[in-house]
Amino acid sequence: MADSEMIRLSIDGMSCAGCVSKVEGALATAPGVNKASVNLVDRTAAVTGDASLEVADLISAVQGAGYDASPISGVENVADKQNEEAMHFRSLMRRFAVAALVGSPLILDMPLHYLPEVTDMPLLWLAIGIIILATMIYAGRHFYIGAWRAFIHHSATMDTLIATGTGTAWLYSMLICIAPALVPEAARHVYFDASLIIISLINLGQALEVRARGKTSEAIRRLIGLQPTTARVLRDGQEIDVPIAGVLVGDVLRVRPGEKIPVDGDVLEGESTVDESMLTGEPMPALKKSGDGVVGATINTSGSFLYRATHVGADSVLAHIIEMVKNAQASKPRIGRIVDKVAGVFVPTVLILAVLTALIWLNFGPEPRISLALVAAMTVLIIACPCALGLATPISLVVAVGKAAEFGILIRRGDALERASKLNTIVLDKTGTVTEGRPALTDIIGEDHNAMLRLAAAVEAGSEHPLAAAIVARARLEEQSFSGCEGFAAISGQGVSGRVDGRNILLGNIALLAAHHVTIAADSIEQMHVLARQGKTPMLLASDGKLLGIIAVADPIKQGSKAAIAGMQAMGLKVVMLTGDNQSTAEAVAAQVGISEVFAGVMPEHKDAKVAELQAGGEVVGMVGDGINDAPALSRADVGFAIGAGTDVAIESADITLMRSSLDGVVTAIEISRATLRNIKQNLFGAFVYNSLGIPVAAGLLFPFFGLMLNPMLAGAAMAMSSVTVVSNANRLRLFVPSRQTTGAKS
Amino acid sequence: MIVVNIAGLALIAFIIWWFWLYRPSNAVAAAPGQIIEVRVKDGVYDPALIEAVAGKGISLKFIREDETACASQVIFPELGIQKELPLAKAVVIRIVPEQVGEYAFQCQMGMYRGVLRVR
Repeated sequence: MADSEMIRLSIDGMSCAGCVSKVEGALATAPGVNKASVNLVDRTAAVTGDASLEVADLISAVQGAGYDASPISGVENVADKQNEEAMHFRSLMRRFAVAALVGSPLILDMPLHYLPEVTDMPLLWLAIGIIILATMIYAGRHFYIGAWRAFIHHSATMDTLIATGTGTAWLYSMLICIAPALVPEAARHVYFDASLIIISLINLGQALEVRARGKTSEAIRRLIGLQPTTARVLRDGQEIDVPIAGVLVGDVLRVRPGEKIPVDGDVLEGESTVDESMLTGEPMPALKKSGDGVVGATINTSGSFLYRATHVGADSVLAHIIEMVKNAQASKPRIGRIVDKVAGVFVPTVLILAVLTALIWLNFGPEPRISLALVAAMTVLIIACPCALGLATPISLVVAVGKAAEFGILIRRGDALERASKLNTIVLDKTGTVTEGRPALTDIIGEDHNAMLRLAAAVEAGSEHPLAAAIVARARLEEQSFSGCEGFAAISGQGVSGRVDGRNILLGNIALLAAHHVTIAADSIEQMHVLARQGKTPMLLASDGKLLGIIAVADPIKQGSKAAIAGMQAMGLKVVMLTGDNQSTAEAVAAQVGISEVFAGVMPEHKDAKVAELQAGGEVVGMVGDGINDAPALSRADVGFAIGAGTDVAIESADITLMRSSLDGVVTAIEISRATLRNIKQNLFGAFVYNSLGIPVAAGLLFPFFGLMLNPMLAGAAMAMSSVTVVSNANRLRLFVPSRQTTGAKS
Repeated sequence: MIVVNIAGLALIAFIIWWFWLYRPSNAVAAAPGQIIEVRVKDGVYDPALIEAVAGKGISLKFIREDETACASQVIFPELGIQKELPLAKAVVIRIVPEQVGEYAFQCQMGMYRGVLRVR
């Protein structure tokens, strides 16, 4: 049996290796399965088998074993979707053209009057009516079939309105041809032209809408299109080209300069710089050497390297980004929910309004009241457009979320975008957000610098604190060899201690040394303050109870932080910095980037309480952090921004993930959100105004005052254009240019 | 004229009764492990009423046969589920309803409507 199919499932409910074999056993019994392998780590199953493999069978097999499964979709084929759209567009345009062509002689008759009156030659008009019917069936059968099927299922759609409006016009006209005596003389008019032209125009409108909608999902298409098609895999010592779907986790791949990296993996051998701008928006290529991770769809710029595939297909970063963008595009912000309620009852309401309109004209209208009643009711049916209302919100969201992704901004849900537009306070975590998050040693104050550095590095070598890493890194840079440390202890909030070369070493703040009864000279304390005021973190070093000196470490401020913060302030946002650092260090950093309000000395577990405090004061708070120790604060905030995720998109607590490690992304995200909300409001306003003015005018409200009746064909044109207008307005968001970003993200 | 008016009012009553007062009666009940196929066509979900048991997961396999763009998504507003439905491709949605009650599912504009009844 050939393995022609491969299905990947996400499995829920597994807890141990025993579960793995149970799920594998269950999957093996499903029809068409050759091999099923379950991965407990990422809780997925890969099932291969023949063409009879069905997702549904596999899921029920897994469920039968007491677990849950859902399919993991791979990266879809762009060409298929484009073809489908192009075909739909062509078919709608054909229907439009045929209906317009057949209807045009009737339209031209209006000014030229070359056709006889229906009362003079009813047989001619009967023939015309049959030709019109044939054309209506050709060009508009989807409306009639759709309307009928919806009707028998107790449902009413757009098709219902179009079919009822045009169908009534045609039936009435045929009645005039066949039995004119039933209708008063003044009302003996035919409306074949209206029924056909309306169908023609609505087809045109739908065709334009298909085209405009295609543009709205350009961003996701661009992302999907990034996926390379083949990979060069090392198999049996030979480099062979295989289709991307054939790359397995664990395969070793070769990438040459200028090539796209096919799948995610870790570099084994070689060194190169990689352009990740298409995913992260980060314009500077990143250096990749042995052990570094690389991401599929990014471009290898300089060297050649070998790497091992770690994530393929739907597990890859690119697939996750696409999935996240799609999910966000499908989600709905609150502003759209009112419309849902309206849209749900819209069509039957319009049907009732049309009947009421006809009744009012029949009872109170002037002669020919039957004609006027028919025209008014038909126009009401045709002009009402629930589509414009229904599209107003989601279509803007699709464009905006896609646009944001182009700048390396991943928006989790539509609500986040809506809330981001309402933010008035931004809380920035200091380390890793405003600063690089990679502290460097800046000062050593004492008698023997080298000895101090060796001792400090020795005691810090066992610590995982970023400040420790800075000291160890400097010692290595200066090629200072340092001894091992015995009895290492980290005292939270104070520092570290340990025995190095038989000496008791302390490294930390004043509290640590005071606790060990080490005397600190007044000038050392003064020097500590000076360093802190410069934004540095000073630490005292003591050996066997004697102070040796001060070592200071500083976390450099990210390039661009100051300008981005100024950008936020220019948008009218209050910017607050939050940090675990001491007050003077925090204030020094804040002063350098132009922030006046600082919460210093906040323990990681209290960050969310600070956010809550601001919220209690009536602020709408956006929290920006690196997602490492501020996850609760990110969740607590009205909008959580996780910054610098690079290509790791697994940040769950954030509403908005910024793949670039720059605060510019926050400004851009808020700008996009404001632009989107503005766009949605324009759309909703337009659609509401259109429907709430259009329907009364169509019903003949202007007639008593100005003697004006809306031509049903004009109503058809207005209706056809109303959705096109909404979609086109949403498409304007594609032209969005951020104020603060110069990036090579788009190509 | 009276006849016409009565006919018009009757038509309005019919519209209300047919479209608004209608409740689907033929529920499809899900047995554990079963996948219920829901076809999206002709302006409706078929079946439109699905029964499930609280705490037990069910899988709904949506297949969209309707070309209209309105049908291109299915939303469970109360459950926070929103899924894209590509034309003629099966999309399986796994739901584990925790609480007894009726959960609506609908298209973006609420024209296609169905109910997931949880006992």
